[in-house]
Amino acid sequence: MDLNFSDDELAFRDEVRAFLKDNLSPVIAERVRLGKRLSKSDIEDWHATLNKRGWLANNWPVEHGGTGWNAIYRYIFEEELCLANAPRTLPFGLSMLAPVLFKFGSKEQQERFLPRILDGTDWWCQGYSEPQAGSDLASLKMKAVRDGDHYVVNGQKTWTTLGQYADWIFCLVRTDPEARAQEGISFLLIDMKTPGVTVRPITLIDGGQEVNEVFFEDVRVPAENLVGQENKGWTYAKYLLTHERTNIAGVGFSTAALAHLKEICCKQMSSGKPLLENPYFAGRIAEIEIDLMAMATTNLRMVTKAAAGQAPGAESSMLKIKGTEIRQAINDLTRRAVGRYAMPFVSEALDSGANVEGVGPDYAAAVSPSYFNNRKLSIFGGSNEVQRNIISKAILGL
Amino acid sequence: MNFKHSEERRMLQDTLSRYLTNTYTADQRSACVSSAQGSNEQVWSELAELGVIGALFGEEHDGFGGSGFDIAVVFEELGRFACVEPLMASGVMGGQLLSTLGSKAQKAHITDLIAGKLKVVPALEEPQSRYDLDAVETTAEQTAEGYRLNGTKSVVIGAPSADKIIVSARTGDGVQLFLVDTDCAGVERYNYPNLDGYHASDIALVNVSVPASACLGTSQDALVALEAARAAGVVALCAEALGAMEAAKDLTIEYLRVRTQFGRPLGKFQALQHRMSTVLIEIEQARSALINVAGHLSAETSLRDKHVFAAKNLIGRVAQLVCEETIQLHGGIGMTEEYSLNHYAKRLTMIDHQLGDVDYHLERFVGVMQQEAAAESM
Repeated sequence: MDLNFSDDELAFRDEVRAFLKDNLSPVIAERVRLGKRLSKSDIEDWHATLNKRGWLANNWPVEHGGTGWNAIYRYIFEEELCLANAPRTLPFGLSMLAPVLFKFGSKEQQERFLPRILDGTDWWCQGYSEPQAGSDLASLKMKAVRDGDHYVVNGQKTWTTLGQYADWIFCLVRTDPEARAQEGISFLLIDMKTPGVTVRPITLIDGGQEVNEVFFEDVRVPAENLVGQENKGWTYAKYLLTHERTNIAGVGFSTAALAHLKEICCKQMSSGKPLLENPYFAGRIAEIEIDLMAMATTNLRMVTKAAAGQAPGAESSMLKIKGTEIRQAINDLTRRAVGRYAMPFVSEALDSGANVEGVGPDYAAAVSPSYFNNRKLSIFGGSNEVQRNIISKAILGL
Repeated sequence: MNFKHSEERRMLQDTLSRYLTNTYTADQRSACVSSAQGSNEQVWSELAELGVIGALFGEEHDGFGGSGFDIAVVFEELGRFACVEPLMASGVMGGQLLSTLGSKAQKAHITDLIAGKLKVVPALEEPQSRYDLDAVETTAEQTAEGYRLNGTKSVVIGAPSADKIIVSARTGDGVQLFLVDTDCAGVERYNYPNLDGYHASDIALVNVSVPASACLGTSQDALVALEAARAAGVVALCAEALGAMEAAKDLTIEYLRVRTQFGRPLGKFQALQHRMSTVLIEIEQARSALINVAGHLSAETSLRDKHVFAAKNLIGRVAQLVCEETIQLHGGIGMTEEYSLNHYAKRLTMIDHQLGDVDYHLERFVGVMQQEAAAESM
């Protein structure tokens, strides 16, 4: 047993810290810290900054322009970015599509799409869920019918995160309506500018628009945009889901959010004293910190296994459940901490670069929207109920 | 023992329910929420005509109710329809402060209040007062004509549409209440919507001159009256929460019945059945806590407050459970602005930020518990 990072790993951490100090705009970091919405260009600029340093594709192999880091380096990197309140990088192209292309994409597809993910030419989004296919993803209905050199696509996707900005969407489509649910699905890349594609943003409970409905009406997609083999898409999608996910527990997010919560509790007064000195509230924070300390180690246990080449598989379900519960608990306390100023909702004050002032202290404006927004954590990416089913089957053998 | 509401209260509940079903549609509500002041004149005067405001006052003030259960019946219905009219602020707390502390001239406003022609809301809390009613930094300086008020009142619900506010301020003698017109010189309101659709103001009081006749009661009786008004306010909030919980539960049960995944309705999955059962059990706990506090609203102070602390704590906990579980059981659709569940989820969450949250009331309940234990051991 050795609970410490090696000297090399610590040196790497210092390098990341120095980079962040020099390259992360304090204005952007402050927006992230206060839970404000980021604009399209805020995210694109950050991608460009990371790409310039060669660190954007931190989960890619070197031959494709990635860092080639192992799971521990990636963990350190992601944690430092979170602690510094850097914007989140977009996972759709970088960590969802790219690994599928490495393993199942053609050489042409790799050469065509991967560089454009890195240099920011293509913004990707994910076309999985449909109105009638949520947790039961394999029941998806969007049809793709072969017509000469094209597929003709009809149907609808939903909950498409940031699809309103996307240039491309990777979709699971049904190519064999006769086959059993999982067997007639293909993995198709679709240019969002193709005629027949319509995007409708969905306003969420926090007033923001980060997900969309995407409609496809007789959309003609070149057959060369099929990834791998026809009707094997489910295998690729599953590969993606079981692909090593070192950041699924969100330890960095929780650590940063916990620090922010404590800062707020030093400023908020309760009966004439800082809220952090109120034993009831302090006790609640302490319990979460205790949970987080243990989960960080659970996470590192799995990261270390992954770095040694063992795929974590169903264990990532444990991290997803515990990690999202902790993040949601911190959001809950942060909302409570600001007391009555958790109520005002001046939506425009949350927008990037807004001139509208919120009400009350600056840290108050986003606490309730963030609490509600992060209810999504236990719903998306395989709901926590689905994760529990996976644990029951794959680990408990029930 | 009898846990049934009286015939009169059941009739009031039915009338209000019918009215809201017909009038307070999703579109109507949405228009209120996005209006400048967050209150609809017509809805307000129709509620008054139906006797909804009158039900919050005793006969001695020309009302026909005023007990804890009258408040409970009204607010459970309002909660069920996610109504955002400032009835708790103006009808319950403002009304109660006027009726307990008001001079003859001030009490005369109650007639207009019941008739829906006047709104009077309490402006008590301040940026750093959290939930303490006695943490008042606003000052009232005596002048030749009366008083000069200076200070800031924060998140005053109902203030954008109010005619008068009841301001707590510190004089040399302690905390004292003042009845102030919102159009009085020096009263500066910054109006905004809250996340749950209610509207509120932050109010700057800048050298506001009021005559001595603006005093509402004295500094001797202000805090006692504030605590009594808060107790009534807590009954209203708890009842409103209960109505919202019932509505959220109904929507969720319906969704579990109709939404099909993996070839069967979600409601056939045992894991989800059990979670919904827990929601139901906890809502019944909330109902009983409400009955306890409503039934003790006019009990002697320490017993009343014990129930106030207990109910607001328990209902705050249940409200969070109902909010989070009903969203989770819906999945993505529960996260959308378009679907009405979010109205209830937001309101259930925001109620915990009014008149003391779960921790505030737990801490006070512990205080009562410790006092009782100390008294026993003597």
